[in-house]
Amino acid sequence: MENSVQSAIFYILAAIIVCSAVLVVTLKNIFHSLLFLVLTFFSVAGIYVLLHAEFLAAVQVLIYVGAITVLLIFAIMMTAQIYSPALRQSNQQVIPGIIVVGILLVVTLTVLGNTTWRVSEKLPASQSVNLIGKSLLTTYVLPFEVVSVVLITALIGAIIIARRD
Amino acid sequence: MNYSLLLPEIFLLLWTLFIFVLDFFWDKSKTHSLGWLSLLGLGITAGLLFGSGKGNLFGNMFLSDGFSFYFKLVFLSAAFLAILSSIDFVKKIDKYRGEYFGLILLSTLGMMFLCSAGELITLYIALELTTIPLFVLAAYLKSDSRSAEAGIKYVILGAISSAILIYGISIIYGLTGATDLALIQFSLASQHLKFGALGPALIFGIIFFIAGFGFKLALVPFHVWAPDVYQGAPTPITAFLSVASKGAGLAAFVRIFFVSFNVFQPDWVMIIAVLASLGMILGNIVALMQTNIKRMLAYSSIAQIGYILIGVVAFSWRGISSLSFYMFAYLFANMGAFIGAITFSNVTGSDEIKDYAGLSRKSPGLALCMTVFLLSLVGIPPLAGFVGKYYIFASAIERGHIGIVIIAILTSVIALYYYVGVVREMYFRKSEKEFSFSIPFSLKLALFICVIGVLLAGLFPTPFIDAATQAAQVFYYW
Repeated sequence: MENSVQSAIFYILAAIIVCSAVLVVTLKNIFHSLLFLVLTFFSVAGIYVLLHAEFLAAVQVLIYVGAITVLLIFAIMMTAQIYSPALRQSNQQVIPGIIVVGILLVVTLTVLGNTTWRVSEKLPASQSVNLIGKSLLTTYVLPFEVVSVVLITALIGAIIIARRD
Repeated sequence: MNYSLLLPEIFLLLWTLFIFVLDFFWDKSKTHSLGWLSLLGLGITAGLLFGSGKGNLFGNMFLSDGFSFYFKLVFLSAAFLAILSSIDFVKKIDKYRGEYFGLILLSTLGMMFLCSAGELITLYIALELTTIPLFVLAAYLKSDSRSAEAGIKYVILGAISSAILIYGISIIYGLTGATDLALIQFSLASQHLKFGALGPALIFGIIFFIAGFGFKLALVPFHVWAPDVYQGAPTPITAFLSVASKGAGLAAFVRIFFVSFNVFQPDWVMIIAVLASLGMILGNIVALMQTNIKRMLAYSSIAQIGYILIGVVAFSWRGISSLSFYMFAYLFANMGAFIGAITFSNVTGSDEIKDYAGLSRKSPGLALCMTVFLLSLVGIPPLAGFVGKYYIFASAIERGHIGIVIIAILTSVIALYYYVGVVREMYFRKSEKEFSFSIPFSLKLALFICVIGVLLAGLFPTPFIDAATQAAQVFYYW
């Protein structure tokens, strides 16, 4: 019973993700695109909750739904002529694009559907935050530290590119 | 745990931050001299690298072995030459000169982590650290629309290729439940024993890996971004991109495929062989039609990666040794050719091949250096490129891959035509324009180092091949 409810929720969330993601790249009004992007991010957070990754879901909401969305709103408001009717979301490559994506989709579905994936027997941890914190600072301390270097690189790069001469 | 293994990386990071901070206090008209300080930092890092031992850190996350040692030296040399050839160039930029050098150092740091990574998460993050500074550097000439175009194209394609790679990683993780390269190998091999064939998902994952790295290596058919980015980016950055960034991608590629996917070697060697042949054919033929030297060198580097990958196709210990040596020969010859182009365009402001006419009379030294580099790229004895090609072909023939060697030799003949075309312009055509040549010291030094490298590795290859062989011994089980 619980399993079927879970799969039902999963499929609903997945449908929302796919539909709103398609709308993000097809809508004419960029502000509406942004709102559907928020919906996509939210539904992804829902999938994390379904997988018992509550901490990840919270991070997803905080960073993607919160920070990135606010950033994008600012970017839209500060860009001149972004509502211009001359702007289009598609170009002449849209039909070849759809064909390639369609083939990729069919191939992916057949391949991934016919595979036995490795399923972990362990139960999901009840206190995932502790575990994540611990492994970030023990097993994964090296990538964790390198990420901070990546961040400072991105900051410096953004300043160089964006600042007016 | 022996944290001293990380000493070269930690030092390079601190030195980079030091350069960033120093840039604030430095006399603004003299910030180009920060380049010399960056070179000092690279030199000390190389010294520390020689001093640091071998071993693992944090499980298999950071491997310090012969292979990573060899490739780190290649990256440090490439960064050294790129910075040396930039010192004169940055005088043209009014702002952010210190950051220019700092970003090259950060990218080098990423490459050092990349070739040491024994685990996919570390590897991916190192890859990002390698490419993000390069995005910025490609777009550094903000007023130049070509540079901006190069930056945007590189960012978008870099992001897509990372996404493809991540998808591949997720498939492999789904199959094995591991991100550690050795554990993936173990898990795949035991499943292979238990169930026989592993099904299409593994092939699917491997193809995603090849596509993701194919972008970084500018492998045909993932090469379309390369000519535009190479042409638009500042030339020292193009040189760095074409050598160090490719080398880093190659090192990670070799480690993943030779450690994790070695059991399934028959499945992927064929794909690599086809892509390498396509690269050699297409790169060389399209290079024939180029009139801009940066675009020509871009297509030539698309072809060169095909030659390098023959070492992967050979799938042997000698194959890795030969591709490592080839990388070394390619480093000096290709960096040298780009540095020659930088020198030329600093004086004349042109990158067109036809403007090279009569260079042998105006600057015999530069013309001679360019000739040496171009002939080494073709593989004319006694230069480094010849030894590299000979050794890499031998490794493939040893394993019975005659077909790819025949393609490689035939396309080398095509390559001879366009490389020698530049030489012909320099020596046998008369120039229409008049300009006086004065080459700054930093560029002279860079050219000199490259010529010495090409000649030394060509005339006395034994110590270099020995070093490459030691690097290959990491994959001793073949």
